[in-house]
This record gives sequence, structure tokens and C-alpha cells, in this order.
Amino acid sequence: MNNTITTIYPFSFLKHINLPLFMLKISAGFPSPADDWLEEPLDLNNLLVSNPPATFLLRVSGNSMKGACIDDGSILVVDRSKKATPGRIVVAAVNNELTVKRYIIEKGRGLLRPENEDYSDIPIDENTIIWGVVTGSVLVY
Amino acid sequence: MLAIADCNNFYASCERAFRSDLIGRPIVVLSNNDGCIIARSAEAKALGFQMGDAYFETRQKLENNNVKVFSSNYALYGDMSARVMKTLNEFCPLVEIYSIDEAFLDLTGFNNLESLTKNIKYQTEQWTGIPISIGVAPTKTLAKIANRIAKKQTGTYIFKTPDPKILQSIDAGDVWGIGRKLKHHLKDMNIHTALDLAMLDPRAARKRFNVVVERTVRELNGIQCIAFDQPAPHPKNIMVSRGFKTRITSKKMMQEAVGLYASRTAEKARTKKVFASNITLFIRTSPFNKKNYYSNSMTITFPEATNDTLEIIKASTWLLKRLFRPGYDYQKAGIMLTGLVFDTERQRTLFKAPSIQKSTLLMKTMDSINQKYGRETIKIASTGTNRSWSMARENLSPKYTTSWKDLPIAKA
Repeated sequence: MNNTITTIYPFSFLKHINLPLFMLKISAGFPSPADDWLEEPLDLNNLLVSNPPATFLLRVSGNSMKGACIDDGSILVVDRSKKATPGRIVVAAVNNELTVKRYIIEKGRGLLRPENEDYSDIPIDENTIIWGVVTGSVLVY
Repeated sequence: MLAIADCNNFYASCERAFRSDLIGRPIVVLSNNDGCIIARSAEAKALGFQMGDAYFETRQKLENNNVKVFSSNYALYGDMSARVMKTLNEFCPLVEIYSIDEAFLDLTGFNNLESLTKNIKYQTEQWTGIPISIGVAPTKTLAKIANRIAKKQTGTYIFKTPDPKILQSIDAGDVWGIGRKLKHHLKDMNIHTALDLAMLDPRAARKRFNVVVERTVRELNGIQCIAFDQPAPHPKNIMVSRGFKTRITSKKMMQEAVGLYASRTAEKARTKKVFASNITLFIRTSPFNKKNYYSNSMTITFPEATNDTLEIIKASTWLLKRLFRPGYDYQKAGIMLTGLVFDTERQRTLFKAPSIQKSTLLMKTMDSINQKYGRETIKIASTGTNRSWSMARENLSPKYTTSWKDLPIAKA
């Protein structure tokens, strides 16, 4: 018998392919009556930070500012774009470290005043650098 | 007119911004892996330390001169750079970020440039703590030269018209766009200063060299040829490549490193909100070991552009299987994502069920946990747990601005 091949069928693995089902959610109910009165939820960033590129966060170590509700471990919000006017709480570089105190002027002399009786004033001299103005303090319990 | 604002000794200035004790003290910053010096404060420059000095060779000299040495802290530099750029943006709506520490500002329409530039300089330094210099000129090439002069003077310099005297004082090789190679060519033609270069016939410059030199010649004459670009719509590629602290020989460790770099690229893609079409892996041994050198790379295309950590790690594993050859001491690996597109530009595949939503959700959750509790609170296990190969950063400073546990301390 003469065996001749008449047709060659292509062989293929049939794989199961999941075709995607594109679903769109279409809601057909009555629109919410609150839609017109929607407001953004409160954001702590808005409360604490007014100028992001100039705002830095620092961690407090010590109790000298207890009277200003700045406790050990608090996170200070410091804005370097604010002007350090007398009466404001500032972060200053004193003796090669950053310290937080209230900046005041008394008898024509600049002072960094703690808010705790156990500590004494630090006179401002030409080596003192006001690093930034404290605009807030946060404590997470 | 346009300006270039350039941060002075940027990396060293970032390190100093939170360390008042380092004011006036020389600082150097080392490259990834603490290999060589990549940034110097003014004081360190004055002591004669050079860019590229190998750390192990200069270590003793650095110690003798009481130089403060830092490993590079890109988390800090990246954040400080963003602050500087945002501050510049307060003054000028058109800011083209040119590098981590330089930006061009389009000052078209501004009056009184003298006081404007002084204000920009003062405010940027006050807000961010990073000192900058500003050069203003009619073209980018001249602005770059003005900036060099600003650095030597009070920090700002305005070049209303090209001043031949100043151009003569600038070495031709220091002109923006003229590389080291071209510099030697120019020397052979007796072109030594920027003024010599400016006096060339632009068409002849194009014939003799190329169109880039022609543009430079015109720019030096105050004719704007290099356009002010707005920031690129999205990055062209995302790359993470690093050397290892110790050489890697095992495939498993290599897998950890490659997986980690892959997951970093995925994170970067997600912060930039782009999806990658292709992924390239390269691995190599040290180029100094010429006897047993191996270097190879390979690229594949994703079925659907992705920024999913799992998919990108999977692809990197696949690539490594094909590239890895045993018997070599690997020194470096890198992952590059290319063909970056935004979500809306993404070509969907027809032959795969859309698992996208699930993966987006997983990645979002992972990112927000890591953002909240610190990098790698959640990570993919295949990226390694002890990482003995991970790069040396012995002198790393805290991530003052990007990590809750690294906040600078204020004494109270």
C-alpha cells in the first residue's frame, strides 16, 4: 500500500485564555442630597504647615519649655520663613546645638528665655543664630 | 533674560543645615559605597581635597585635618533639593530643574533684576538653609558663566551683554557644553578662552565640529539657541544601580540584590506615577579585575506597562537567570526601567484578565505602610533579610526630613 500524506494539519496547544471582561459601574439611583454640601475632611497639615518648603519638624528633648506646653518628646513645627519677632518661640543654635526658647528683648538686650523656673535665660550674642520660628507643637501619646 | 540658580556645595550644605556645630568646619561627602569624594565644602576645597579622591587613600589626611566625613544621604539631599526648587518657584513661575542642585529660571518680563536676584538668593537661603548663587544672562550658556562669577563674588551676577573681558577670563573647556574631548580639539586650533570661542564663525564651527558647538558660539554672543524647557512631562528612565560592599559570587545573594534594586525602581515609578514598558538588568564584575571580567545586560518588554513591585521583581529574576554565570566575583548590578508612560497612555493587553486593580491596591497599601512606619517595614522576602552585600555607608547622617525617628533634636 502506498502511504502518502495528503494533508498536514497544524498542531497547536489549545490554551485556555481568560478574556477580560470590562465592567463599568453605572449607578442609576437618586443622586445623594448631600452632594452639594460636600466639604473636604479636616487635614492636620493645613492646620500646622503654612509654608511647606520652609517648614521643618524637630524633636524636643528636655523640659525647659514646660510652661509653653512644649514637653519632652514633642514634635516642633518650625517655619524658617517667619520673622523672629520678640515674644515668639524660636529654635536657635547655641553652643553648637539647637535649642528651643522664647525670644525676648529686655533692656535693649536679646535673650532666649526658658519657660521653666529651674532654667535661666541665655543671652543672645553674635554667635547665636536664630534657626527658625516655632509655629506649633505636637505630642502623640 | 534667564537665570541659573545653583546651590553652593549642595551635599555638604545639606549636611550642615541641621548641624550648627559644623559651621566653618570642612566637610566631604563620599560616593555610594564610601568609594571616593563626590562633594566638598568650601573649607575642604581650600585644604586641597579633590573630587574623585579615593577614600581609603585620603582617609588619614582627612582625619589629620579634622574633616567631617559623610556617606551620601540621598533621602536628605532629595528632600532639600525639592524645598529649594519649590522656593525658587515662589518667585518665578517657570522653573526648569536641571539637576539635583541647579535650576534655570525664565525671568522674561521681570523688572529690576538686580534686587530680584538678591531677594531670591536671600529668601532661598533663609527658608531652606541652603546657600545658592545666581547668574543672570540672555542665554543659558552665558548664565552658566555669570554663575561662576557670582560664586566668586557676592553670590549674584548679571550679564546684560557678553562682556569680552569676562569671556577672556573663562577657559574654553569650562564653557557649558564643551567637553574634555572638544577642549583638546579647540586647543589645537588655538582656541583657549570663551572669548576665542565666541569669535568663531558659527557656520564654520558647525562644519569643523558639530551643531552643538555652533549653538554654543551663538549663545556666547547672546543669541538664545538652547530653549528654556519646562520640566519634562515624565522621566525617560528610572535607574537603580549600586556597587556591593563585598563581591558577590552566589546566585542567591545576587538574586537578593537584583530583587532589591528592582523593588526600588518600582517604588520610584509609583512616586512619579509612571508605568514601565521595558526592564533592563545589567551585572558586572569589577573592571579592575581584567583577568576574570564579565559584564552583560538584557532587556525585556512587559506584556502591559507596570509599576508593580511583584511583577518587576519577577522580571528581574527571569533576567538574572539568563545573565548569571557562576565563577565570577560580581561587583555591581543595576535595574533600569524604560518606556515610561502615564496611566492614561498605557496600552492594555487583550489576553490577560485585568488584575490591575488588585495589584494597585496592594502596592498602595504597601507604600502607605512604608511611608508611615519607615522604609521596608513591609518588603518582598526575596530581596534579602541580612544583606551582607549591601553597600557600605559608615558615615551616614540621619534622614532629618524624611524619617520620624531621625528628626533633628531641639534641646529644651
